[in-house]
Amino acid sequence: MDPQTLIARRVALELRSGYLVNLGIGIPTLVANYVPAGLNVFFQSENGLIGTGPIPEQGMAHPLLTDAGGRPISALPGASTFDSAMSFGLIRGGHVDMTVLGGLQVDADGHLANWMIPGKMVPGMGGAMDLVAGAKRVIVAMQHAAKGKSKIVRKCNLPLTSSRPVDLVVTDLAVIGFPGGRITLLETAPGVRVAEVLAVTEADLMIPTEVPEMKI
Amino acid sequence: MKPISLEEAVALIPNGASVMVGGFMGVGTPERLLDELVRQHKTELTLICNDGAVPGRGVGKLFDAALVSTLTASHIGLNPKVQQQMMAKQVSVDLVPQGTLVERIRAGGCGLGGVLTPTGVGTMVEEGKQQIKLNGKTYLLETALRSDFALIHAFLADYLGNLTYALTARNFNPVMAMAADTVIVTAEHVVPVGVIAPDHVATPAPLVDYLVANG
Repeated sequence: MDPQTLIARRVALELRSGYLVNLGIGIPTLVANYVPAGLNVFFQSENGLIGTGPIPEQGMAHPLLTDAGGRPISALPGASTFDSAMSFGLIRGGHVDMTVLGGLQVDADGHLANWMIPGKMVPGMGGAMDLVAGAKRVIVAMQHAAKGKSKIVRKCNLPLTSSRPVDLVVTDLAVIGFPGGRITLLETAPGVRVAEVLAVTEADLMIPTEVPEMKI
Repeated sequence: MKPISLEEAVALIPNGASVMVGGFMGVGTPERLLDELVRQHKTELTLICNDGAVPGRGVGKLFDAALVSTLTASHIGLNPKVQQQMMAKQVSVDLVPQGTLVERIRAGGCGLGGVLTPTGVGTMVEEGKQQIKLNGKTYLLETALRSDFALIHAFLADYLGNLTYALTARNFNPVMAMAADTVIVTAEHVVPVGVIAPDHVATPAPLVDYLVANG
């Protein structure tokens, strides 16, 4: 299984029936492909849609129905559309049960940096700051390391997305949480040993006596 | 509401005007008005919109023609031209969280001085802003935004100027239609009064100053 699929499938296990969920771009978008059977989840696209469906078949796209990246999508039966004030009222107002976002760094305090690299890349925060500030549960889905450098750091040196700590981090190597405010290794990826995770993690992880494997 | 030709509508906009443009990644954007802004070469624009779109589409066309001097937006990551013009200091860019941007515009249209939001507390966004503590929670005071013009794209407009929007092309349009001194609208279809049921009107006719003739 490739790393992105592994991450998306593990994150999908966090979904619960009836959840309103917002997925960020990149790996988070893939989570929609792995919703466990029988689970009824509403996906929000922050450009003004609840009930996003799969990419339409050839010839079935509508130019006025797109995802937040401007790509054609479909709407499922029961979908609703609304303006951006309502969309971000849903996000900031605590009506979104779970958001899944990409990350550049997450630190030992659970702080996320994911919107700029000063001097290099300034795409803007889009909706990320509102999502972290307002969603009930924030999950970061990202590769554990980039170019051999750990993305799980002691302290973020990139600009933060929010002062609100995230709830869970799912990488290609591990699931990391913050029980009692302490950064903790909760699970390892299939076939990955704890020592291998520690070798590419800058932050000092708490290691419980039992660290189960992800159940994918 | 007054019907107006495309040329006359854009002739109303002077160089240096502040302009809100509806749309999200070029979806729900009044493309014809943007094409005409380029044709009439209106320069030094202060642009307020959600994003920088992409080159050749939506507000991206204004950057292709280098007509913008100041941009307030939440995301410019998919338009390398905006980033280049920002790095070259041709365009001054104010990046605002998307939810804060739309609420500032909403406040501007609703007679509010600003809004209190938790978004941005503890980040670069809080720099230079007043913080207010209420019931133990910290908020940033974000001030209202208004503009000289709002360029709006509707799905249906009736002969009086009542508007509806379609699917994800609604986005910032109805909010911006409240927040500018002069509101100029293009619509996919112009329809007789009564076609849009009162319950379906999203932007009531008195908010619309000019409806651009189709065709």
